[in-house]
Amino acid sequence: MADHGPDKGIKRWLYTTNHKDIGTMYLIFSLVMFFIGGSMALVIRTELMQPGLQFVHPEFFNQMTTMHALIMVFGAVMPAFVGLANWMIPMMIGAPDMALPRMNNWSFWILPVAFGILLSTLFMPGGAPASGWTMYPPLVLQTGDAFPFLIFSVHLMGISSIMGAINIIVTILNMRAPDMWLLKMPMFVWTWLITAYLLIAVMPVLAGAVTMLLTDQFFGTSFFLAAGGGDPVMFQHIFWFFGHPEVYIMILPAFGVVSEIIPTFSRKPLFGHDSMVYAASCIAFLSFIVWAHHMFTVGMPLSGQLFFMFATMLIAVPTGVKIFNWIGTMWRGSLTFETPMLFALAFVFLFTIGGFSGVMLAMVPADIQYHDSYFVVAHFHYVLVPGSIFSLFAAAYYWLPKWTGHMYNETAGKLHFWLSTFFVNLTFFPMHFLGLAGMPRRIPDYSTQFADFNWMASVGAIGFGLSQLIFVYVLLTCKKGAKATDRVWEAPKGLEWTVPSPAPYHTFDTPPVKRVAQEAFE
Amino acid sequence: MNNANSSLVVRLLAFAVGMFAFGFFVLPPMYEVFCEITGFGGRTNSSGQQVAETPDLSREIRIEFVATVNNYAPWKFEPTVDSMTVNPGKMYYATFDATNLSGEGRVGQAVPSVAPVSASEHFQKIECFCFDAQEFAANEERSLPLQFIVDPNLPEYVDTITLSYTYFESNYVTRR
Repeated sequence: MADHGPDKGIKRWLYTTNHKDIGTMYLIFSLVMFFIGGSMALVIRTELMQPGLQFVHPEFFNQMTTMHALIMVFGAVMPAFVGLANWMIPMMIGAPDMALPRMNNWSFWILPVAFGILLSTLFMPGGAPASGWTMYPPLVLQTGDAFPFLIFSVHLMGISSIMGAINIIVTILNMRAPDMWLLKMPMFVWTWLITAYLLIAVMPVLAGAVTMLLTDQFFGTSFFLAAGGGDPVMFQHIFWFFGHPEVYIMILPAFGVVSEIIPTFSRKPLFGHDSMVYAASCIAFLSFIVWAHHMFTVGMPLSGQLFFMFATMLIAVPTGVKIFNWIGTMWRGSLTFETPMLFALAFVFLFTIGGFSGVMLAMVPADIQYHDSYFVVAHFHYVLVPGSIFSLFAAAYYWLPKWTGHMYNETAGKLHFWLSTFFVNLTFFPMHFLGLAGMPRRIPDYSTQFADFNWMASVGAIGFGLSQLIFVYVLLTCKKGAKATDRVWEAPKGLEWTVPSPAPYHTFDTPPVKRVAQEAFE
Repeated sequence: MNNANSSLVVRLLAFAVGMFAFGFFVLPPMYEVFCEITGFGGRTNSSGQQVAETPDLSREIRIEFVATVNNYAPWKFEPTVDSMTVNPGKMYYATFDATNLSGEGRVGQAVPSVAPVSASEHFQKIECFCFDAQEFAANEERSLPLQFIVDPNLPEYVDTITLSYTYFESNYVTRR
């Protein structure tokens, strides 16, 4: 088995059932989508650099905001975490591969098809979907020829995610090394286990919601048509029943990544491992009972508003436990600041800013003022860009030596970090002020009073976009770097560091013996 | 694939399919029931139990009428009076004026909504043109009747109730 190698050429990638190959494909796919979605963000920011309409038509602007969100959420962030899961989970739990390797191949290859369909809508009569990624009816029903393609591509993304999630759960529950009982699993594995359950629970609900849109449009139902006795607000309830767990799907694996990296560079074990597990489970549970905080302004009984407000604020408690534990891990540790650690630290700091603005948005009276303003844009970009995306960069720098067998260029990595951090704040921090001053989101033109902060945000966005090219440079030049040792960092914990660098095509053909497992963990 | 894996896969798949069924078949009827009970979504009292006529002359409620035509359909649709002041527990009549602006026969259907939510279950329509689709000949103009009563148990902080109708082309109406 050990000398069995992959096929040559394109066949290797089309037919592969190897978790490392599939993980690599997921990661490269998500990087490509990150750049496509990013270019759309730059179209948005270029148009918004000055008041007035300069570069694009308002219709195209709306297509850009919609497609940017769909691509970043379903094409960049989610597949990137699935890619990390594919690469790392079998190696972290001492399994030879994912439990369902053929399904694994399928769940990846559905994605390029789904996004091919979605991107092709840009060239259709009536243009790409332009009603926002939330697809609220009745507006979304005015989408042109792209409408059925939008629904079908969302279905495919859902199928891919559900298959990926089932695979991850089966792998984690059935294929752990002997003596790795559940509460001993690394945090990244734990957060992914919880995330996978969230995916299976809510992706089908999204599929149901968009199917109802489809039947309303083509098959004469009126789930969401007031004329036929339906209610458009019901779509918002169903969508956000999916949508709120979805935001934790995008952040829980990030919590896992950061919980792996901070202990390594603090040279201390993770503070409060078990409480981290309980906190993550708690967040996952709460995510199901807070959805209506996205729609305080559509009208709701006072008791409903109070319930959703308090339930939402409650999420700050387990999240606070996590932040506290990361700081507790660093407390009196001997810290060093390699690139992965820098990204992880920035994650803790900047994600917390996004969390705070989230608590502000949870307050009903305040939310009625902030709703659909740039304050909301600032909030969710703070949790997604210096949150999820930074954790992905941290993960990439942390495990790149294990994947490639070479150290990346540390100077370029640090430059990437400092430029990204500077520009991400320049982009999104002024948006708080814009929102508080009343600038609505999803508009191509604005009152001149908002001009200065918009100009700053646009400069920041262009700078952030260009800084990401450094990451591509780091990836392309990685092969030239020094040979990485098997452990790579000074004293990282975890089974993935007991295999050679680069990780051989097949690892843990035989489960690790108890002694190896113990050394890796204690 | 070994047995432990396949049984887990089957259970997880069943969970996913079950969640789809929950979203598609259970949530919409559940939402419907929820709205009926709470008056959420502007539903009016449709419990079937008529509110007793016990006029409370000490209290005055302002009723505001709003009329909208959906999707620029060729109708004119307006309340005869914009608002009226009523006593709870007393029966009132109001009319809306509708005109078919096109040169052909048309069928319209009004869909009501009441705000605020806390008033909706206390606003009862005894007779309403919105109960049925309305048939209009070419260019016909007609007054549409409404008979309603406000329950004296209306919460004290409510002093204004808005009754809004949206007029839809009936070919647009598919369900109900």
